This record gives sequence, structure tokens and C-alpha cells, in this order.
Amino acid sequence: MEGDVAGSSRGNGADSSARFRNSEELQDWMNEEGDGSADMSASDVDMLKRAWRNEKAAPEVLPFQTLLVERVREQILLMEDNLVAFSGEISEELMLSLYRMDLDRTLFLLRAYLRTRLNKIEKFALHVLKAQELWDRLSEQEQDYAQRFTDSLHKHFQQTVLGKLPYGYQSIMKQATSSEEDDMIPEPNLDTFVFCRSKRAIGAFQLDEKGDETVDLMADDLYILRYRPIKDLLDNDRIELV
Amino acid sequence: MASQDNQLLSLFSAAEVEFLAEDELINIVPSVRMDTLHMICGDYGPFRPQIPAQVPLWLGVALKKRGKCRIQPPDWMTVEKLTQVLEDEREAPREFQPLPFHYVEISRLLFDHSQDDISDFYLIRSLVEDVRDVRFHKVEKGLETLSGRTHAVKLKNLSAMEVNLIRPFIVKALESFYKHDSEDLVKQVDSERDSQLAAADRLPRRTLRPR
Repeated sequence: MEGDVAGSSRGNGADSSARFRNSEELQDWMNEEGDGSADMSASDVDMLKRAWRNEKAAPEVLPFQTLLVERVREQILLMEDNLVAFSGEISEELMLSLYRMDLDRTLFLLRAYLRTRLNKIEKFALHVLKAQELWDRLSEQEQDYAQRFTDSLHKHFQQTVLGKLPYGYQSIMKQATSSEEDDMIPEPNLDTFVFCRSKRAIGAFQLDEKGDETVDLMADDLYILRYRPIKDLLDNDRIELV
Repeated sequence: MASQDNQLLSLFSAAEVEFLAEDELINIVPSVRMDTLHMICGDYGPFRPQIPAQVPLWLGVALKKRGKCRIQPPDWMTVEKLTQVLEDEREAPREFQPLPFHYVEISRLLFDHSQDDISDFYLIRSLVEDVRDVRFHKVEKGLETLSGRTHAVKLKNLSAMEVNLIRPFIVKALESFYKHDSEDLVKQVDSERDSQLAAADRLPRRTLRPR
């Protein structure tokens, strides 16, 4: 009996401390996120706009902005509720229509962001499915979508073409079973060129593996650079794509 | 939505660029009294008649359309400033004068919706058009200087619409240069390698490159 009580209390203690640690971590993480972003004053809408632009300009699927999307979604819901609640109250027709415009713009932005991602996910579904690192960049819903999309694609190809081909040529991944690699999967071209801009001066930056090519990245200037070498700068939010 | 499906996935449509430009801030002089607007994109106001306030362009245009404000043209949108810019653009064949990133879209929106707030409207409009033409001519000239050894292009002061116009061409060009450039490297150093392997277009170049 006593043992039970002790056991359960210890359990509780561990539980709460674990929860505490988690919330602390969360706090740290959120702080870090705040520091990492280009400027602290940027609103969620600004950040979503940047995420959309980056997503649109980058050849590959970028990590999903889970927290940001959640925050924007919450704000949208809140605003929708407010508008419903106020629609009888605000005698000012004008204010109401302005609020609605703001809401519509935010909705558009969120949809544009999500659609740009879906577009890319559809394009590179097989590729994304293959690599864990890329898979982890998708949100849960996107993973679900990518999975179902590939399943349908697979079924469709199987029924229309692949099933009627001779044995050895029926894979959706390979040209033939003799291919060593999966050579029928569309991949993003990471050696494409992108337009980018940095908020702060970054200084001399190396553009190729050998270090022959460097570029002096100045604040607010626009550059066209190869995507692969600047990928890390983008991940760290030190540059933005336009 | 055909343009979305092809490989120019990254291309912004003119409407999308305009959407981005509509968030640029602008000064208005309201003619109505209105409390502060607590919007998702930020707080704006309070608005008092004849007291200038700063709002995003879309909000200013919305108020203007309803006849609730005057829009103050931005600082650069005066005959003197634009004449100076045009002159400088013409004199410096390889440089672009500093103008707002969205100057094309901003002027377009103001010309469409707040014509009566711009003094010397016709002159201003033709000046902006001239500036745009001179700049675009320069951009086209600049494209001629691209070569196989181009790894980075710096475009100081190029504006959003100009970026958008040259993006498809310049990206394709640089991609092709890069591709053929690295193929040359491969051939020089590793000529005995199986030609079939080199022909497989999708193989990442990195694996073929000498270490």
C-alpha cells in the first residue's frame, strides 16, 4: 500500500518535472526562434509572406512553418469570430468591410502558401517519399496528402501503362529493373538560380566547393545565385528569396 | 492555371506581385473619423479628419474608393524627383537608381485609383513610364553580359516587377551555362569515364566531379 503511494507520488513528480522541462524547452525554442528571425518586429503576416515567397522561389520543398501557420490560423479564426459577433453591433459599415478585407488578404496569403507547397509536393511526391529528411519537412496533413497522391498515381500508372509493359519495365521508380538507381523520379534541380536578398550584410560568401568563387553579400542588395550553396543561409533565415 | 504546372513554378504572377506591393505603407489624409483598426496585419489609426495617418496601400485605396480619404503621393513621386531619376538613369548605363522595390506597382495603383490626388498627374505618369522604359532597356543590355563563367549576378536596386520580367529568361540561361560548364569540367578531367553515365541527364553532377 505504502509502496503504491510512494510509487504514484514519484510518478507524479517525474511527470510534472518532465512537463516542466518540456515547457522550458519550448520557451527556449521560442526565444531562439524569435532571435533567429530577421527582425523581431515582423508580424506573423509578414513572416508568412516571407515564407510564401521563399517557398515559391525555392526549387525544393522547404520545412513547413508549423508554429507560424498555427498562429496565423488562430488569428484568422479569432477575426472571423469577432466579425460574426460584431456584425450586428458595429454600425460602421465601413470598418466592417475593412476588417473583412484584412481577413481576406490573410486567408489568401495562407492559401497561397499552402497551395504552393502542395504544388511542389505533387511534383516531387515520389522524391519526397523516398528521403526521411524531406519527409520530415511536411506537415502531418501534407504527409497524408503526399501518401495518398502517390498511391493514386501508382494505381493509375499501373492500370493504364505499366501493367501492360513487359516484365522488368513495370516499376514506377525505374526505367527497367536493370537500372541501378531509381531513375524515373522527378527531382528538384538544386543547381537552379534564385533571386535573393539579405537583410544584413553577410560578407564574403563561398559559392562552390573549391572556394574559387566568392561573392560579397551586402545588405539589401539583390543577387542571383545558385540555390545549392545558399541553401544553408536560407535555412537559417539569413537571406530571403524574392 | 497552366502556368502553375509547368517548370516556371517559381514565377509570381503580376497579380501576386501587386498583392505584395499593396502592403507597402503610404500616407493618407482621412476625411472621416474612425477608431483604430486592430487588424491581423497590424494596428492602424485612429483616423481623424485632416490628420495624416500611415496605412498599407490596400487600405488607403479601399478608403479612397469610398471617398473617405486623400492619398498623399510618396516622396519620390514628384516631377522634380522623377526628372532627376530619369536623368541619372540615362547617364549611368550600368546602374539603377534607388527607387522603391515596388515602384511600378505602387505608381500603377495610385494612377488607377487616386489620379486626382497627384498634381501634374499626366507628367508624372509619363515620367514613370520613361523611367521604366530606360531601366528595362538597361536590364536587357545587362543580360548580354552574362557568360558561362557567371556564378553570381548582382542587381542593385532592381525592382520587383523587373525581377519578375527577367526571371524566366535569366534563370534558364544561367542554368544552361552552369550545366554546360560543369560538363566541360567532367570531360577534361574524366574523359575515359563511361559515356553512358555522362549521358544520363538526371544524375547529379557532383558525383562526376573530381574531388
